[in-house]
Amino acid sequence: MHPRLELRSICKRYPGVVANDDVSLSIQPGEIHAVLGENGAGKSTLMKIIYGAAQADSGEIYCDGNPIAAHNPAVSRALGIEMVYQHFALFESVSVVENIALSASSAFHLPTLAEKIRNLSMRYGMPIDPHRQVHDLSVGERQRVEIVRCLLQAPKLLILDEPTSVLTPQAVVKLFETLRQLAAEGCSIVYISHKLDEVQELCDTATVLRNGKVTGTARPKETTSLELARMMVGSKLPEMHVSPPVPSEKPVLEVNGLSVKARDHFGVDLKNVSFNVHGGEIVGLAGVSGNGQAELVALLSGERTHDRGDAIRICGIDAARLRPNERRKLGIAFVPEERLGRGAVPSHTLWENAVLTAHRFGTVRNGLVDRRKAKAFATGIIDRFKVKANGAQSIAQSLSGGNLQKFIVGREIALKPKLFLVSQPTWGVDVGASAFIRQTIIDLSRAGAAVLVVSEELDELFEICDRLLVICQGKVSAPLIRTTTDREEIGLLMTGRGMSEGASANGSGDIVLQD
Amino acid sequence: MDLFIAIFTGTIIAATPLIFAALGELVVEKSGVLNLGIEGMMLMGAALAFWAVTAGYSMPVAILAGALAGAATSLLFGVLALTFLTNQYAAGLALAIFGSGVSAFLGRGFGSEPIEALHRVNIPVLSDLPLIGPMLFRFDAMVYLALVMFVAISWFLYRTKAGLVLRTIGESPQTSHAIGYPVIRIRYAAVLFGGAMAGLAGAYLSVAYTPLWVENMTAGKGWIALALVVFATWRPLRILLGAWLFGGMTILQLQGQALGLEVPSELLSALPYLATIIVLVLISRDRQMLALHFPASLAKPFRPAS
Repeated sequence: MHPRLELRSICKRYPGVVANDDVSLSIQPGEIHAVLGENGAGKSTLMKIIYGAAQADSGEIYCDGNPIAAHNPAVSRALGIEMVYQHFALFESVSVVENIALSASSAFHLPTLAEKIRNLSMRYGMPIDPHRQVHDLSVGERQRVEIVRCLLQAPKLLILDEPTSVLTPQAVVKLFETLRQLAAEGCSIVYISHKLDEVQELCDTATVLRNGKVTGTARPKETTSLELARMMVGSKLPEMHVSPPVPSEKPVLEVNGLSVKARDHFGVDLKNVSFNVHGGEIVGLAGVSGNGQAELVALLSGERTHDRGDAIRICGIDAARLRPNERRKLGIAFVPEERLGRGAVPSHTLWENAVLTAHRFGTVRNGLVDRRKAKAFATGIIDRFKVKANGAQSIAQSLSGGNLQKFIVGREIALKPKLFLVSQPTWGVDVGASAFIRQTIIDLSRAGAAVLVVSEELDELFEICDRLLVICQGKVSAPLIRTTTDREEIGLLMTGRGMSEGASANGSGDIVLQD
Repeated sequence: MDLFIAIFTGTIIAATPLIFAALGELVVEKSGVLNLGIEGMMLMGAALAFWAVTAGYSMPVAILAGALAGAATSLLFGVLALTFLTNQYAAGLALAIFGSGVSAFLGRGFGSEPIEALHRVNIPVLSDLPLIGPMLFRFDAMVYLALVMFVAISWFLYRTKAGLVLRTIGESPQTSHAIGYPVIRIRYAAVLFGGAMAGLAGAYLSVAYTPLWVENMTAGKGWIALALVVFATWRPLRILLGAWLFGGMTILQLQGQALGLEVPSELLSALPYLATIIVLVLISRDRQMLALHFPASLAKPFRPAS
């Protein structure tokens, strides 16, 4: 029998990088095949080539034994190849059924299609309402829409790009059930991930990529995660050193009864949010995105201000009415979720981006930029944080996501903050760089800084945080001590269940904290 | 009563060129392209349609010539903005200036004599009804065509798959491309359609409304059409209402001038522009509605990734 999909010697270069170098792999019908690799290993490029969204420079693609000559997404769909993107390919301004109609080959008749969507989504245990507007859906629901869209085409090969990065643990279990059901029906699945435990749980085979090359194939269920990780990273993984926290006596960040209306229909209202962060400890804020994190982060960084000054206190000073720059003077440093546009100006050089927040550190004198000092400052960050870039002159957007993130984290840490606020510190960052960034955050906190980490990755939060908060629909739970809680409890809080107890305990949150 | 009928029919007629131009621009902007050059395309349409009439062609041919002239002019913008990815604001402004210059050049030979205007329809029975007849059934064919275009475009945008594709390209061309839609080709089609509609608007001015050729005879109506689209928050019905408001104010201020109001005529002439913009600004304050209807990738150049 022919394999469902076979790649032979795929090569693809972009200016300055070889994204895929002589990549070959083959996938059988009904097989769940993992493509593992760090960010920048060439996974996404390879998937684009399979799907036809990008063309290989050389090499051949065979589907069910037939070579694919001129490839594009339309050809893929005709062949039964469907793809669920990491960043969803959904249009927010229209409804679920309209979104799906756009890629459906059937006649344009929305009521019929809506009925089909309802049936199919029930059959695979992930119900969705076809008439809802996409901007009203949570990330998990959006992913369901994507998957149902693919399933409507009765695919023979389904590609999923990092599908679990935005899901609650419970939703991941559900997703895996659906995928296994699909595979049992004969659909091949390509599962892109850098999460080893998931790959080991779900996948039959794995192809590991590093720097665009295949470094090994494995049966993940029979391989230890250490071996897989070595294939991915190439060297020994750095180990995390977490010493016990020594919290300062007084909290560095105090949030007291913060309630805010969302700025528009797409946002979430914050409801009576209270918590503290002490110096020397790392507090994590868990939650599925779109539950008020954006609003909270905007209020903490000063992007939004609040009328009641003592709603947010930094180092004992009422700060809720201060603007970002005034808060930075109090000793806060801030790594936003969006690297391009908020964390850095995309079209500017790294040293110019360094000046943006480091202007009080000698890079600006008498209102004039001291270029030599600014460049030295940026170069220092590049060296210390091992940023892969062509020097301080590189344009911010030319860096890969992980490298830019290292630079931004490095820039903020170089400011020696008393309070470090960081959103999604390792989103889209590869294993090696993630470990480095996490260790840096730990070291910063153990040196006395208060750290608040907002992240959707539970693994990450459990790895580095001393205490955990969960945000759901604008409410923040009472703090949980990392060593006495587990994923199950956090997961329940993330879905809002169990939040009632959390909310009632919220009033006593400060007392819990003081012990 | 006669005055009321005159004001009503005058309003509908004065609104007609705006309806054409703004609906055309709506389709263009819904696809995520901003063509600021409506004024230029209208003038080209006006000039060519007028020329066709003086050269002895029939009225339908002349109007078609106007539409083609508008489309041809918009093609220039399309090539600049869609193929060469120049800044859409700059390309559109250039087009407006280009169109006004070229039309003035072409129009030097036209003379200043009015032509015989496009005939008004005469529908048996209906046109002779008291009150309703003169109010609704004695316009020229293009007035009705404008309303047909309104219905057709509303239906196209919100009821057909092609319309859905067009709207989603305006929200995210990257995603549309990823799904497999020919973004650039569809945007070209939208730009050409918008050009043809602007051409029709211009043709209406020169062969039906005035009907004579004057340099820069559009007098800023292209810009008003542009503002209409924005302040109507990209919704066809509001464009229609906005155009009628503008038409109504135009006629009222003319009546005011005729009655000899003690207000400088320049101020009165500015009134329709001012009133239309103020009303549209007031009704377009709802941010949520804006977010839903605004083409999110408007005026952002798109190049398909390879």
